[in-house]
Amino acid sequence: MKIKNIIITFVSAIAILFSTSVVSFAKVVGDKIILGAAISLTGKYSSNGVHTQNGYNMAVDRINDMGGIKVGGKTYKFDIIYYDDESNPKRAAQLAERLISQDGVEFMLGPYSSGLTKAIAPVTEKYGVPMVEANGASRSLFTKGYKYLFAVLAPANLYLDVAIETAVELNGGKGVRIAQAFEQDAFSQDVRLGILDAAERTGSKIIIDDKLPKELNDMAATLAKVKAVKPDVLVVSGHTKGALTAIRQIAEMKVDVPMLAMTHCDAAKLSKQHGKNSQYALCASQWHKTLTYKDDFFKDGMTYAADFEKLFGYDPPYQSAESSAALLVFKDAFERANSFDQKKVRDALADTNMQTFYGNIKFAEGGQNVDKPMVLFQVMCDDAGKCENKVVAPLKWASAELIHPIPKWSER
Amino acid sequence: MDFLIFQVPMLTLQAVLDGLLLGILFALIAYGMALQWGVMNIINIAQGDLVILGGYIAYFMYLYGIHPAWGVIVSPIIMYFVGVVIYKLVINKVVDRDLFISILATFGISILFMQLMNFAFGADVVLANSGYGTTMLFDNSVTLPNSKIFSAFISIVFAIGLVVYMKKSKLGRAIRATAQNARAAKILGVDTEKVYAATFGINAALCGVAGALISITFTIHPYMGLPYTIRSFMIVIVAGLGNLPGVAMSGMGLGVFEEFADYILGTEFRIGSVFLLLVLILVYRRFKLSRKREYLK
Repeated sequence: MKIKNIIITFVSAIAILFSTSVVSFAKVVGDKIILGAAISLTGKYSSNGVHTQNGYNMAVDRINDMGGIKVGGKTYKFDIIYYDDESNPKRAAQLAERLISQDGVEFMLGPYSSGLTKAIAPVTEKYGVPMVEANGASRSLFTKGYKYLFAVLAPANLYLDVAIETAVELNGGKGVRIAQAFEQDAFSQDVRLGILDAAERTGSKIIIDDKLPKELNDMAATLAKVKAVKPDVLVVSGHTKGALTAIRQIAEMKVDVPMLAMTHCDAAKLSKQHGKNSQYALCASQWHKTLTYKDDFFKDGMTYAADFEKLFGYDPPYQSAESSAALLVFKDAFERANSFDQKKVRDALADTNMQTFYGNIKFAEGGQNVDKPMVLFQVMCDDAGKCENKVVAPLKWASAELIHPIPKWSER
Repeated sequence: MDFLIFQVPMLTLQAVLDGLLLGILFALIAYGMALQWGVMNIINIAQGDLVILGGYIAYFMYLYGIHPAWGVIVSPIIMYFVGVVIYKLVINKVVDRDLFISILATFGISILFMQLMNFAFGADVVLANSGYGTTMLFDNSVTLPNSKIFSAFISIVFAIGLVVYMKKSKLGRAIRATAQNARAAKILGVDTEKVYAATFGINAALCGVAGALISITFTIHPYMGLPYTIRSFMIVIVAGLGNLPGVAMSGMGLGVFEEFADYILGTEFRIGSVFLLLVLILVYRRFKLSRKREYLK
């Protein structure tokens, strides 16, 4: 019993010691502006979490190396406190509380995924902490009237909008018949809403509307239906798993559709790892390295991609690019606010109107970026079987012409 | 739209064939579960995670340029030893305790495996391409990926192999003896400890085969194990322990049921319908049991 008491005393003494020594962080220490971020470093989002963190880190280093942030005549540097949210929304909300109330962070960067951003946003809002996020695209984030949330990316409902419009245009302005399969999660369901809007606007008809459960890795039934009813467009969105499952089974079942539009193709590394099976797939993307946007820090997409590859050893997915852009937005806002007052920084963020290598950034009332359209790329393969993503829409940035309709499997 | 399947007869055929091929694969996983449940009285919640681990073995072979079909040989060998190690570390401590303890223990193993796989292999969804092509029937209106046919074929080969092994070999006889009455077997000189370890190993090996087949046919991901556990649990419940032909039948039945649920109720209810069926069957069983007269022997 005595030993137990001693152990308990010892453990609590250590706990108290730690809890008092942690509170030494604050928003701005010396010449450092400390940002907080809860990121999925473990759990199911960990690969995209790492892309996000790499994007943040690269931008922090670049901004610091190129002179830092000038506020009130003094130069500051960025620093980020990271916590691992384990891909768990509850944990993310707890960590946001901890970052703000214990670590004293006054400015936040977003986590990965819409679900986790949704969990954190009420916390940052409650404390009036401005958060610039780069990986939560769900439309519901922007309809809640949040004042301190700013997203550098286009909302999810616009992801595949362009695909439907393009299909209608190619059909001579007449509506098309759409088959769609979406995973049942916040993001994919928002993409679905976007398609419903686009269908209504263009007079198109939705003939298959399947919802894929999260555990599913078999789409054979949906695809058999698609074969039977022969739609003009097949739309699939279900993160990496959805993209991979669709590509594998479409190729195996030889499903012929004139247009196949998807999300998460680059996260699923379709063109690199699944080559010809993924040929002609149209993919929605927030960013592509060949876009010609420019800024002073990363120059342009191609330079960004080359620098990123040098640092991390792989081609940057758009998740990294948008994360880097979030830091550029923060820097710009701090300098315009010329203060570390949260309200002033928030107002400066709301007035943002800038171009970055990632795209133009201008926030609407709800916090979403309205100045950057989505791009569509198509997986195109050469005769040797080497495949690449080429931007095909919007036309302004197209580096290749859209191949439509997709050739039948029997003719390939 | 909902009943498209009945308007297009070929679609019905497609659903039945897809379901059968899928069901045979499920049956293989359930077969392992029935075996170790029957012998050791353990419900293995980590069953699906063993499957996924087996899948990763085939995937890594594919990454290193070896055809993933070889995974059906390599994966069970590795998984056998994984199974034996799990038995020695954890399962032997819960083997004659009540069912609840074993469920908790294997649930813990399941979580551990998920996290370890996520840590070791990353959270990306992966698959291994077999390049087997497609069989087309009835003028391309029914398509069967050869990888699915291959999976079903290999599953049948392993299942038959195991039945024969259980009947003919010394270890097989020992396993069956232990299943019937562990104490009596022990008295008659069967090393039940060894039998348990081997049983768990064989179960893991079967999961290894199934995993390799799943990586060729579908996709794998560290967190995708649970649906396989539930399906095999369900199949075993329907078939009853020790009823191997029943496992095969109920496996195929479940496969077809899932496909039809997908067409008729919608894809979103596919896995939900499996749960619903499970509940219905358990209630029915309970109902049937309550009508049986009980007496003391």
